[in-house]
Amino acid sequence: MKKIIQRYLFFIIAVITSIIIFILNAELGKRALETTLYSLQEMLIVIPPVFVLLGLLDVWVPKETMVKFMGEKSGLKGIILSLVAGSFAAGPLYGAFPVSAVFLKKGASLRNVFIFIGAWSTTKIPMFLFEYSGLGPRFALTRLLVDIPGIIIIAFLLTACLKEDDRKLISKNIMELTEK
Amino acid sequence: MIFTILLYSLTVILLILSLLMDRKKTIKGLKKAWKAFENILPQFLGIIVLVGILVAFLDPQTISGLIGTNSGWSGTIFAGLLGSVTLIPGFIAFPTAALLLKNGAGYMQIGAFVSTLMMVGVVTFPVEKKYFGIKASLVRNLFSFVFSFIVAFALGWVCSL
Repeated sequence: MKKIIQRYLFFIIAVITSIIIFILNAELGKRALETTLYSLQEMLIVIPPVFVLLGLLDVWVPKETMVKFMGEKSGLKGIILSLVAGSFAAGPLYGAFPVSAVFLKKGASLRNVFIFIGAWSTTKIPMFLFEYSGLGPRFALTRLLVDIPGIIIIAFLLTACLKEDDRKLISKNIMELTEK
Repeated sequence: MIFTILLYSLTVILLILSLLMDRKKTIKGLKKAWKAFENILPQFLGIIVLVGILVAFLDPQTISGLIGTNSGWSGTIFAGLLGSVTLIPGFIAFPTAALLLKNGAGYMQIGAFVSTLMMVGVVTFPVEKKYFGIKASLVRNLFSFVFSFIVAFALGWVCSL
């Protein structure tokens, strides 16, 4: 029970806040409720298939295989695979870090992992669908077209910026975090 | 709407295919899907209520003043900073961005907001630092922040055509 309250603390505080707002200003409270219900409806419609796809991906695509194709010598194939792998993800950005750790530990190159993180953050397919329906094809397609080269350039620059010491630190962190 | 139908069709087809190929594996996948959803549900619900409150307070005039079509680069930078410190999932961010556009926000400004929202994570920095160290995390976020303005510029240009 205590654990549930702890997990939902943010939600509980938010609900209490909106109740207080409703009491102080009914008009404002009504507007908040309308937006919340709208978002909730959106979530209930779009989220279930996204998570089912995520689950299927999880059991059918072995991580080891993906990593084998994303190593230091994977070249263009590795870049494309990293982009695709990140794009098929679902979930917030911080979810990408633990996955990246596993990728790195199993031999994916740092550059490809940065591409993967970039793709996870911006070119995720479920996200793209939300964007396409919310902001229109022109907005979504332009962003996608600018983002794909951008992600790759950032990954190359970022890798170039890191010295031997920085790489050693990353390897050390990854080892510690994945051994647990 | 058509995308929702497509998404459901794709999911159902793949699910049936998966069930035909390996029933046990499919159930395992569905359990993982439920767990992943259940894990993030508290955050989802909290954010949905919070965004409701935020949107209720933001009136169209304030927004058009801050990140409106005529707010130029200062509005774009403000939108970029706002996106960097905020953490909103896409399924809320895009309808909200659409709502802001309807209320007078500019495409360039919304572009900066959406791009930094996804690529720059001030809130998630502590998690990122744990894996990649301060330097790599800082540089990644900085590059992403700067790059977001290129994205914003491109969006502002294309959407005005």
